[in-house]
Amino acid sequence: MHVLADHADDILTAFALTIRLAAMSALCAVVLGVILAAMRVSPSPPVRLAATSYVNVFRNTPLLLLFILFVFGLPTLNLQMSFYWRAVIALSAYTAAFVCEAVRSGINTVDRGQAEAARAIGMTFGKTLRYVVLPQAIRAAIPPIGSILIALARNTSIAEAFGNREATYQLDSLARDFPDALYWLFGGIALGYVILCLLIAAVFRLLEHRLAVGR
Amino acid sequence: MSAGQVAGSRRRRRRPTQPKSVLYDAPGPSYRRHQLMVSLVGGLIVAGVVALVTWKLASEGIFDSAKWKPFNNQKIWQNTLIPGLKLTLKAAGLSIALSIVAGVIFCAGRLSELRAVRYLFVVIVEVLRATPVLLLILFFFIAWGKTLGTLWPLVIGLTLYNGAVLSETFRAGIAAVPRGQREAAYSVGMSKSQVMRLVLIPQAVRAMLPAIISQCVVVLKDTSLGYIVSYQELIRRGRTIYEQYDNIIPTAIVLAAMYIAVNYLLSRLATFLESQQRRRGRATVDPATIEAPMESRAI
Repeated sequence: MHVLADHADDILTAFALTIRLAAMSALCAVVLGVILAAMRVSPSPPVRLAATSYVNVFRNTPLLLLFILFVFGLPTLNLQMSFYWRAVIALSAYTAAFVCEAVRSGINTVDRGQAEAARAIGMTFGKTLRYVVLPQAIRAAIPPIGSILIALARNTSIAEAFGNREATYQLDSLARDFPDALYWLFGGIALGYVILCLLIAAVFRLLEHRLAVGR
Repeated sequence: MSAGQVAGSRRRRRRPTQPKSVLYDAPGPSYRRHQLMVSLVGGLIVAGVVALVTWKLASEGIFDSAKWKPFNNQKIWQNTLIPGLKLTLKAAGLSIALSIVAGVIFCAGRLSELRAVRYLFVVIVEVLRATPVLLLILFFFIAWGKTLGTLWPLVIGLTLYNGAVLSETFRAGIAAVPRGQREAAYSVGMSKSQVMRLVLIPQAVRAMLPAIISQCVVVLKDTSLGYIVSYQELIRRGRTIYEQYDNIIPTAIVLAAMYIAVNYLLSRLATFLESQQRRRGRATVDPATIEAPMESRAI
């Protein structure tokens, strides 16, 4: 117990990094995921194929392999970046594929009549998507995106092995110095993740509630 | 578009007046010209991005034959990659088998008639689902790695997490069996355990099979976390290649292709089983619709 209290500072700083990783990756993943989803439903076959290939490749590759590819691979291409940004790239490249699928299934829930009406008043594909379909699709996609972002928050733990001193890293390093306190450390850090996930879940439940529109 | 979808649409009756997507009409001549332009521009942008990446990779010598040579060498496959894949599959197989057992236990706990037991299992399942798998694996590795080696901490960590996820799938699967089945079973005098064992579970298993297989994909990907505790799985073995030949990106591409191939087979199996269910008009469990206080889906 006292180890946990003595190192509360380290652990909280580490959780701050976990949150920064998760938040930045979430932002990039949602932006990229929505673009990919728009590409996946586009009338242009090559664009559709590109987005579909992206999703199939990144969804079926282990995140750890993406970490190796971006963290150790980018420097071999003479692209220098901090460990933080390389972790963000790996996490968001992976998560974007899942966000894309969530948004795409959201698009499928939008009533046909909505898009038909938009087209009937002369909107193009881009306008239909931007002003009519996507706003409704995002609403339907909010709960699955919430669970994807919870998974993202948990997945930031992999950055531990790639130069980021985030929360899981603290279990690794503090447990080495204080083997007797392992259970306390594990309990404390796990609790931190549980709180983080509960917070994300709460935010998304609020969003869902706020954006809910009777259809 | 996958081959399966094409085959499926051929089987279905064609409805030429119906556009393929809600988002755009069956195009007329002028719109078709416009669409061709958009396709060309879109295609060019995609091709441009691909070309840029390829150029960057080529200019750093990623496509040099020396970097790809190890994968032309049968010994590398025989001594490094195939044994690594076997260990990955071993960890995945053990984890999924044990996860199903754990999922049944968690699910039974959550459906218990004793409120205390029910609450206890709700807490256990929710905590396990909110904890990173890696944290669990590291915990078991640090605590018992000396006696358990590296395989079992990995398997235990994966089992606990995926057992918790599967217990939700099981719960949804049992709920998806039509009410009448349960009512009929009770009305012929079966006990609660008989209803479960003889009526609900056999039907639920069929409905859940696709969701369980999708979870196998997740488990297979997550066995890669064994890398961090130095379990000699596929990526750990791959590391010996790229450290020796200094070809990290080619190695990562080959490893990714191996994972994608195995996962593709699993996904096809899941899609196939799901279409079988649909054809027979039975309910299926979509993992996305599983209701839970804090949902963490297959990712």
